[in-house]
Amino acid sequence: MQQTLEALISKCEHLAFDLQFTHAKNWKRDGSMDDRSPAAHRFLVGYLPIYIPREIIHAMGGLPVGIMGSGDRMQIIKGDAYYQSYICHLPRGVVELALSGALSEFDAFIFPSICDVVRNLSGMFQIFKADAFIKYLDLPQNFLSEVGGAYYRREMETVIEGIQAHLSLAPIPEDLWRERLNHSIRLYNENRALIERIVTLRQEFPWRLSAVDWYCILRSGITMPVEEHNNILYEVEGMLQEERGRPLDNIRVVISGAFCEQPPLGLIKTIELAGCYIVDDDFMLGSRWIEGNIEENTADPMAAIVEAYLQHSTFSASLYEAAPASGTKVERLAELVRRRKADGVVFAAASFCDPALLDRPELQNGLERAGLRTIGFQYSENTGQFKVIKEEVGAFSDSIKLWDAVPEAGGIGDAASSQLVQVWLPTVLDEIDIVA
Amino acid sequence: MSNYYLGIDLGSTTSKAVIINQHDEIIGRGITNTRANYEVASEIARLEAVYNARFSLLKRMLHSELEANPELRRYVSDLEEAFQYLEFRMRADRLYRQLVTTTGEYLSIDNQPKILSALGRIFENAIPEIKEQYLHKNLGSKNQFFRDIFFEQYNHEVTKLESPALFEPLMTVFDKSITPVENEILPLDFAALVHEAMDILEEKYTGFAERQTSTGFAFDEELNLLAGNVRQVSETIKKHIDRIAAQKIDIANMVGTGYGRALLPFPKESIRSEILCHAFGAHISFPETRTVLDIGGQDTKAIQVDAQGFVTSFQMNDRCAAGCGRYLGYIADELGMTLSELGDTATKSEHETTICSTCTVFAGAELRELQNLGVPREDILGGLHKAIVSRAMSLMARSGGVRNEFTFTGGVARNPAVLKYLSQFVFENYGTDITMNVHPDSIFMGALGGAHFARLGVNIELPTAKKSSSVPMMPTMAEELV
Amino acid sequence: MSKIITPPPFLKTAAKAPAAFPSKAGAAKPAEVVKERSMLLQKEMLGDLFHSLTTAKETGRKVVYTFVPGNLSELILAFDMLPVYPEINALQWGMRKKSGQLIRDAEKYGYSEDVCTYVKCDVGMFLNGNIGPTGEKLPPPDLLLLSYTGCFTFLKWFESLQKLYPGVPTAMLHTPYAADGIVTDDMVKYMTRQLEEDVIPKMEQVSGKKFNPEKLAHHLDLAKESEDWIAKLFDLTKQVPSPIDAYFAGVYYIGPINAGFRGAESAVEYYHQLYDEVAARAALGKPPITPEGELEEEKFRLVVEGPPNWTHFREFWKLFYDMGVVVVASSYTKVGGYFDEGFRHEATKPLESLARYCMGCYTNYSLPERINMLEKFIVDYKADGFLINSIKSCNSFSAGQLLIMRELESRLGVPVSFIESDLVDPRYFSYANIKNRLDSFFQMMDQRKRVGGRQPFTRQAPEIASQRVGRASSPDTLLPILQAEGML
Repeated sequence: MQQTLEALISKCEHLAFDLQFTHAKNWKRDGSMDDRSPAAHRFLVGYLPIYIPREIIHAMGGLPVGIMGSGDRMQIIKGDAYYQSYICHLPRGVVELALSGALSEFDAFIFPSICDVVRNLSGMFQIFKADAFIKYLDLPQNFLSEVGGAYYRREMETVIEGIQAHLSLAPIPEDLWRERLNHSIRLYNENRALIERIVTLRQEFPWRLSAVDWYCILRSGITMPVEEHNNILYEVEGMLQEERGRPLDNIRVVISGAFCEQPPLGLIKTIELAGCYIVDDDFMLGSRWIEGNIEENTADPMAAIVEAYLQHSTFSASLYEAAPASGTKVERLAELVRRRKADGVVFAAASFCDPALLDRPELQNGLERAGLRTIGFQYSENTGQFKVIKEEVGAFSDSIKLWDAVPEAGGIGDAASSQLVQVWLPTVLDEIDIVA
Repeated sequence: MSNYYLGIDLGSTTSKAVIINQHDEIIGRGITNTRANYEVASEIARLEAVYNARFSLLKRMLHSELEANPELRRYVSDLEEAFQYLEFRMRADRLYRQLVTTTGEYLSIDNQPKILSALGRIFENAIPEIKEQYLHKNLGSKNQFFRDIFFEQYNHEVTKLESPALFEPLMTVFDKSITPVENEILPLDFAALVHEAMDILEEKYTGFAERQTSTGFAFDEELNLLAGNVRQVSETIKKHIDRIAAQKIDIANMVGTGYGRALLPFPKESIRSEILCHAFGAHISFPETRTVLDIGGQDTKAIQVDAQGFVTSFQMNDRCAAGCGRYLGYIADELGMTLSELGDTATKSEHETTICSTCTVFAGAELRELQNLGVPREDILGGLHKAIVSRAMSLMARSGGVRNEFTFTGGVARNPAVLKYLSQFVFENYGTDITMNVHPDSIFMGALGGAHFARLGVNIELPTAKKSSSVPMMPTMAEELV
Repeated sequence: MSKIITPPPFLKTAAKAPAAFPSKAGAAKPAEVVKERSMLLQKEMLGDLFHSLTTAKETGRKVVYTFVPGNLSELILAFDMLPVYPEINALQWGMRKKSGQLIRDAEKYGYSEDVCTYVKCDVGMFLNGNIGPTGEKLPPPDLLLLSYTGCFTFLKWFESLQKLYPGVPTAMLHTPYAADGIVTDDMVKYMTRQLEEDVIPKMEQVSGKKFNPEKLAHHLDLAKESEDWIAKLFDLTKQVPSPIDAYFAGVYYIGPINAGFRGAESAVEYYHQLYDEVAARAALGKPPITPEGELEEEKFRLVVEGPPNWTHFREFWKLFYDMGVVVVASSYTKVGGYFDEGFRHEATKPLESLARYCMGCYTNYSLPERINMLEKFIVDYKADGFLINSIKSCNSFSAGQLLIMRELESRLGVPVSFIESDLVDPRYFSYANIKNRLDSFFQMMDQRKRVGGRQPFTRQAPEIASQRVGRASSPDTLLPILQAEGML
């Protein structure tokens, strides 16, 4: 049994980090229709972090493939030629992939609205990949159904129409479309539910599956059809029912801020090795964007997707905090920490990530006011040096253990602990010339 | 009368000077480390180039004789080494006086006698050792700077004293004394010094004959010949040497360039951007060049040039100096290696480690971490050089790629590991039709381009330059050169 | 007789050209100081605004914090509210060379060194008692009008301000990005719905006034007039020589229209006056005026992309005019609206034209459209070169600029160059570094300009012992050759 899980993890890691997207390309080449496929014409839609409504691509018979950058697994030359040193690392890897031919069989690319860098990257792709359909998906920052909702629906329709026009696909008859989209919604609901169940299981028994292994399993999902990923998740869920490994005296943390440019595996590993169980995080946030289910089997499944976005989006630095009923970002993060029974929050943001870094002071101050302990640092997807992070996170973990062991000595006002929790790491990890 | 043209490249770490004649031939090169005082650095580089030019002219004058007589050829080349030794010794004498002064100023009366006597011993041992290296090991042709040459020996001698109490004060007085000494232009009479050099050679070859007898065996045909008739050889060429020593080297025009060019004591009309100069130097050396990469101490430049050697586009590294010469120097310090060891070690790597951070601030930590993990040093260094080259590749891609012939210039072009990866990357990315040029004088390319601009002189002016009827000259240039 | 014109009071900076960069004798003709009427007007307008802001509490006027790109000046005027533009405060702090400390204070508070320095300067200002750059305390906002056009950071910025001013209502206006180079009816509708459903109701609520469509129409008419003059003004720089510098002086000229006066009577008067003054210069064929007097000769014409640096504005400008370089068109002067191609606010389509205005600001343009616009500038304004000043703070501008540069170079063969600085972080302005690049660029343009008119140089390879290294197919041959040459 254990052997199987390891084999599964290793397969997932391979898929998750295959920068040639072989699995997806093979899927497209295989092309043979299954019963749900709308046409013999399979197609690949690459999408950038964070969230796109993958259901509509799936219902059209395409495969949405997440492009999360090149991590620490590719030498960047062409990508660097287009970016100044003060821009995050993610788009360099994406440009490198585009210009080195790794994305050659992709038919379309979707750039959801995250930040100005990804926004402008969509324009660069209009030049680099003139043979593909390029869509900047401007997710609404207005959450009224008749305003932002109506606009979002049109945005999704332009995706559909654009892909159809680009690939000369016939429009799908309304009844069939409704059926297909409802089916796709069900599959992705299943996917999100499985993810949520495994995260909950891991929260309870974090030693059964390391954060790195879980990350690979989760990330592999953006490279394959959702049906396939659901099968993997079922297997993993089953295997996690049984005891594996043994608990360590680790603290439990939630990671926040790593929603777009993904941290290298080494960084996730480092946090665990430094004595922290990662019980929740915002890695691969797009796969968990909608909280709960999108309404299934409705007469207007597009409307269901829209409403889910408007009402049940998770919180994120890329999304306007309209002070909705579900609370502010600080409140929602604090609530997550409590729900996951975490001891503290690790703010890990990509260097030069404006959304994450601009959110951080208020989140950190807010959590500390709420009595939660935090630590923060920056990384880039190709960071290769973790020693400082390990020491700081280790100190954070030790301070929490110590603090908890002697409750009467503690308290938020405690000098020693508050000094520790306010530890800030150097804010620069890569390529910054510090000016005297 | 011959006219000469001077180019000076005042870089952040080294200052270079090149003199060409009206046939575009290089006749003199000079290099020195750039000190706080840019004026002195450029003047020293210029003087070095002038001395070097006199030896070049001597060789030209004696061209056919040198061809015919190997011992004469050897004599002339040894003469330049001896001359350089004497230059070194002048500065060493000056340093000794400065050390004595500094000792008097900074050390307690009780300590002074011990230090002064130690200094005496150090110089007694160090100077002959360095002389030996000049006369027998071609130290002069290695383009090393006074500070480095002397300090190596000084450090060696201080360690030999085996007196820990003296170590600290000896280092302190050295640190306090070296900079003023480096920043001084020493009055030098070329004719007198070259005659002294001839005396030294006579002593050398006479000594050589004796030494050979005592050690039994050493075969060096030229030296054997010289040992036999050194007096005759020196008599033969003395009059030529005197002529060269007396010859005026008129600098008809000059151009200054480089990082510190704004600080050069030249008229504005004589200052040209280093981008244009490096590109022109590369074009002069390899006329088919269309892409130039220059990695210097402080910055990296990727330049595209046209068939006339004119710049059509260029890119420089951004604010971050990672990947430049300074960065390599920092890494070398970090690992306790010399710069040349750094490149040599890196070429031995077969499995380069991936180095992510070419940031000067963080690379040190990453290196230590990798060392702690037991990664072989050559693989770390291999990865590091690869990372530097990949940055340069990005810069070239930014400037328009690599086209036709590609010429690599600047001090870092002497680093074999950089060359290895650069050629790998260039051929992988731009095809195998690219010709890659590296000039042995690559460090002088900016100065060479400057000298050629000086020769074209009046043809090119700066946007603000007023047309000037007289040829602009550096103040010292108007004086007769010694 | 030429005149030395003092910088308009709007952006009047305490900074003088520092002693380290003495002015070049002969760059400007001796001159007497004469203030153009437009400058007096501008001074008056801004003086009035600041006075109104300082007395807002007593007068009971409501204060709106909002941004320059996609600003809703006419609507603010229609509600008789007073605007505060945090970017303008930040840039004025920068010009007064006092932004550095504010930025460091925000960094101490927890803001990363990596993020936008306008935000940090603003947060720093708040942490220091919200004293504005004029030395007077700014009134707190009654409404945060987050008209977020072309920059995500605006959104984050106002989320921060929401925390700093708890309880102050925010009206959010999401401007869809014109990613495909077109503005669709759906986009317009999305915006007008937001105006109707969120922005106007909040303005009514805060101001206590009912929305008056006629008043808005009145201000839209006035806006149109100002826009006409601005478009004509920036058209004058097509002349050779250009009568003004469209970037360094241009940022002064766009001051009023970007600081809340678009739609005001005074702006119409100002821009009309300004146009007349500049047109008069143009008619005489006069080159631009610099802080040191009239330029002797326009030697090079540039198109510049990207905002200027504010902390060293004068030194930066001087690097150009000392070399006779004039900026004839720039994208930065289009951040508060792009009027060259005929867009005008329209009283007959009030909300629609507000929406279209927001979507037409430069930073809302897609990258290919920015390239097209800049290409047009280079051609129409007869530029000799194209320069990017890449701003660390501003990813909206900066991300992708290197592709813009490459594209323009390959389309037009125009000499291009790239420098880097920041808006208001003095740590990111390296004078030597920028001067080095600009000198090289200007000399390169000079060389290329001359090539057309003179015999190209033909050089022979002289006798230096040259070598060719490695004919590609076997890079390994490199090492043996080098070893043989004694280089290793």
